[in-house]
Amino acid sequence: MAEAFIYDAVRTPRGRGKSDGALHDVQPIQLLTTVLREIRDRNQLDTALVDDIIMGCVTPIGEQGADIARTAALEAGYAESVAGVQLNRYCSSGLEAINMAGAYVMSGQVDAIVAGGVESMSRVPMGSDGGALFMNPQIVARHKIVPQGISADLIATKYGYSRQDVDTFAAESYRRAVDAQAGNRFARTLVPIKDDIGMTLLDRDEGVRPGTTVESLGKLKPAFAALGQMGLDALALLKYAQFDTINHVHHAGNSSQIVDGAAGVLIGSKAFGEKSGLKPRARIKAFAIVGSEPTIMLTGPIPATHKVLKRAGMTISDIDLFEVNEAFAAIPLLFMDEFGVDHSQLNVNGGAIALGHPLGATGAIISATLIDELERSGKQFGLATLCIGGGMGIATIFEQINF
Amino acid sequence: MINYSLDQNIAIITWAMTSSPMNVLNDESIPQFEAALEQAFADESVKGIIITSAKPEFVAGADLKMILRNNDKDPAEMLKVTAELNRIFRRMETSGKPIVAAMNGTALGGGYEICLACHHRIALNSPKSVIGLVEVTIGLLPGGGGTQRLPRMIGIQAALSLMLEGKKAGVPEALKLGMVDEIADSPDDMMTKAKAWIAANPTPLRPWDEIDRKTGKIVGKDNFKVPGGNVQSAVGAQTFGAGTAMLMEKTKGNYPAPLAIMACVYEGLQVNMDRAIMIEARYFVQVATSKVAKNMIQTLFLGMNEANKGISRPKEVPKTDVKKVGVLGAGLMGAGIAYVSAQAGIEIVLKDISTEAAEKGKDYSRQLLQKGVERGKVDPGKVEGILNRIKPTDSVQDLQGCDLIIEAVFENRALKAQVTKDAEPMLATGGVFASNTSSLPISGLAQASARLENFIGIHFFSPVDKMALVEIIVGQHTSEYALAVAMDYVRKIRKTPIVVNDARGFYTSRCFGTYSAEGMEMLKEGVNPVLIENGGKDAGMPVGPLAVTDEVALDLVYKIAEQGVQDGVVREDDTRYQVSKTFVDLGRTGKKARAGFYDYADDRSKKLWPGLQTLFPQAEQQPTLEEVKTRLLYRQAIEAVRCLEENVVRTKLDADIGSILGWGFPAYTGGALSFVDFVGIETFVTTLDRLADTYGERFRPTATLRERAGRKTLV
Repeated sequence: MAEAFIYDAVRTPRGRGKSDGALHDVQPIQLLTTVLREIRDRNQLDTALVDDIIMGCVTPIGEQGADIARTAALEAGYAESVAGVQLNRYCSSGLEAINMAGAYVMSGQVDAIVAGGVESMSRVPMGSDGGALFMNPQIVARHKIVPQGISADLIATKYGYSRQDVDTFAAESYRRAVDAQAGNRFARTLVPIKDDIGMTLLDRDEGVRPGTTVESLGKLKPAFAALGQMGLDALALLKYAQFDTINHVHHAGNSSQIVDGAAGVLIGSKAFGEKSGLKPRARIKAFAIVGSEPTIMLTGPIPATHKVLKRAGMTISDIDLFEVNEAFAAIPLLFMDEFGVDHSQLNVNGGAIALGHPLGATGAIISATLIDELERSGKQFGLATLCIGGGMGIATIFEQINF
Repeated sequence: MINYSLDQNIAIITWAMTSSPMNVLNDESIPQFEAALEQAFADESVKGIIITSAKPEFVAGADLKMILRNNDKDPAEMLKVTAELNRIFRRMETSGKPIVAAMNGTALGGGYEICLACHHRIALNSPKSVIGLVEVTIGLLPGGGGTQRLPRMIGIQAALSLMLEGKKAGVPEALKLGMVDEIADSPDDMMTKAKAWIAANPTPLRPWDEIDRKTGKIVGKDNFKVPGGNVQSAVGAQTFGAGTAMLMEKTKGNYPAPLAIMACVYEGLQVNMDRAIMIEARYFVQVATSKVAKNMIQTLFLGMNEANKGISRPKEVPKTDVKKVGVLGAGLMGAGIAYVSAQAGIEIVLKDISTEAAEKGKDYSRQLLQKGVERGKVDPGKVEGILNRIKPTDSVQDLQGCDLIIEAVFENRALKAQVTKDAEPMLATGGVFASNTSSLPISGLAQASARLENFIGIHFFSPVDKMALVEIIVGQHTSEYALAVAMDYVRKIRKTPIVVNDARGFYTSRCFGTYSAEGMEMLKEGVNPVLIENGGKDAGMPVGPLAVTDEVALDLVYKIAEQGVQDGVVREDDTRYQVSKTFVDLGRTGKKARAGFYDYADDRSKKLWPGLQTLFPQAEQQPTLEEVKTRLLYRQAIEAVRCLEENVVRTKLDADIGSILGWGFPAYTGGALSFVDFVGIETFVTTLDRLADTYGERFRPTATLRERAGRKTLV
């Protein structure tokens, strides 16, 4: 089987996903086009060598609809022969795109793909695409489908994470993100977004708030308690009858931020690298996808990680660094507890709580962050994992190959 | 029959069924209705149609016996019922001739669906009329296009809340909600308005229909915009996501009809009307052929009607009329009995040891009436009359001439004997003496009476004004006459009676006690108390077994169990006895002490007492939720079976009604005995044997039950 290599990764800064966010007047196609152009330009890439563009996008309607990946390939000025496909595996879409690209390359049927994702959450609101999973009464009732915030609070309830625990984790995410920005650690991957007349709109992740502490987070009200009162706690507890209430600990400050952003990762075979004159940065060692219990929904990283480690013939101690998407603080906490992983190895530059989670792109962003950090710290193996709506988990092991 | 007449060029179709007391949709009326419509459609001189009724009501709904008849049959049979109706209703809408519903009275269920299929609805503003799609209350869904037309008229959210609640709206409210288009002050006004509307709208078209350009026919419009927002919209996402959760919180998934109503609206409103009614029909068939619908119709509709009419009343005794009632003891029960009786026009003598105490009992009525006035439920003009009928007193003499005296003093044999002796002589000739005891055997109490045959138990439930059930207990010597008087009285105060024979705990207290007891058994075994409580609620009980025990009070449980131990009918190692003793010793006697299985906070919230973990350490291996539910329901059902076999409860219907109204046994099963049919009698016996093997002999099926399982029928 051929190997799949990572040749480069580019991402936009993440703008706050509201109408006053820095990227709100930038169309999602512009975010994605910027990423594709940067990958081409800084690698002096002959785009005719690229077979396909695979882009995750979770709300592919409106201006994110109609196969935004192919639209971006055209708009970025890639060779006409470069195809494009949009996929949706909810929050893991960006990593799913990488895995799919990796699989294509490993199969020998494809030479190179740009994989990643895009989400302009300020312009195409999360959930605005509806979906039977969240709306069809029979499905909601049968499978006890609740909003993710309720699921996250159910995890906190089941595994005993207090408000203090989640706020402590979140404050640390902020602290690390502030340090990472100050230390310019995102520089290799991050490309500023400029407007049509060349003015920079945003060159850093907008949501990072220096000075965020456990105390300041402690003032925020639980975000999902009111929703829980509207029957949603009760619906979840029909399946989790061992609990009488759900402990609502998550809020805006310890959950991932809603943001706008895009990312792309250039993945190709060894031959592609040689032909393009590019040096590989990392290899895709193994990946796994798994379904998990859909009501608690967000515990998928645990079985996904077990699965990918088994596939790679590795143990948890073989992994040097982890990126566990901070959809909600309880998820990385659960991950650390289940695998005995120390916080010093996990999300070392902060995560989505401080930096933001542009749904379709995040999987690619945390993979890029992980590879950057493996290189910076001279480490070999990194594992990226995300929890996924509908009850799924994804995990990928990257191997950094330049020492 | 259904009358057809012409008023100039308007056809008047009048429902006037002779085969049933009210107009209903059934095998007889539906074809006649259609024939009348077709006559009007075919007559070119007819420019419009008015549909009305010659009875006080418009049309009361579908004949539920017709639904029951088809319940067990091939789904195709039930589909015929709904398809037939829908075909007629859709033809009304698309015939091209204007049709007006002149709703002279109550229009419920299928009756209101006739109106929905008309182009215009005019309701006579009568205070007695109610309008609504009430099918959900008997486990059904509107199967005549109601789930499709109402949301298209008034919006998804408004229609859903009406249909899911089964709300009956008065005429002014129905107008406000958009359920009717106009109201009329008199029958003449109604007909005049109907004719005027027809004259002004010669070719009406519902907003969800359009004229097909090729054929010129009226067809369902694609892309109809639902008022207030389509299914696929932000409003829709909220309504169907959170709405389903709220529904599940209420039903725990035990009732298929509400969810099916949601599904009908969700699916049906995404397609045109012609396709939508097919979607509704499929859901209707699924729900109407379900065991839940069958059992709910049997018990809650047909059965309840029979019980309310007094099916258990001795037929040979001529009708009696209780005009004056004495109530002994003006505590919560006595005050409640006085209130409901005075409301029914009965003169009440409310006696307690002091006038002050009796007056306090009367205050209870004052408070309830005032609340009623504030909420618009009580006519302010009637308050004084009701209160004037209650005479508070401390004098036995005032009881002179009572047709019925009900003692509601403390559960103490000596006290009860005393008040019986004092008051009984005051009864009018042929008067009956009743005890409102909830647990003391009636035949024993009757010994204080000089007229054993006129002594009976009338067991009210608390709070009396809210609880619909009355358990009538026939003692060893109680006469048929006394039973008839008691039943006539219960009917007069508009409660639902069941008749039981004298035995420890009678019927309701005895069976209800097993629910609480099984909760304690599990607690003792180390089952997580949260799981126990959720198991009860998820099975469909109103509260968990531990919470309800707190409400009953643990010292009362202890007192009864201790009495049982003394009488040699309860073993000393009985869990109920042991657990209640432990809690009484701890001073945790329940909700009234604000400490029992739960701790009670000032804000009326409660939390399971953390000390339970020490007293009953949780077992490593916890049962599934299903197992907890099974234990709690089967334990009550087998007790009800024993009560029937021991002739404590006289009929299956009384057992079912008593269980639902008396202690909140889940209605979806049809009641504690219908539960056996609900799960299937063979499954019932097999499961009981398994439960007995695992948890104890209390679950063991009786020999009679086994024999009946062999014959595949409980009764």
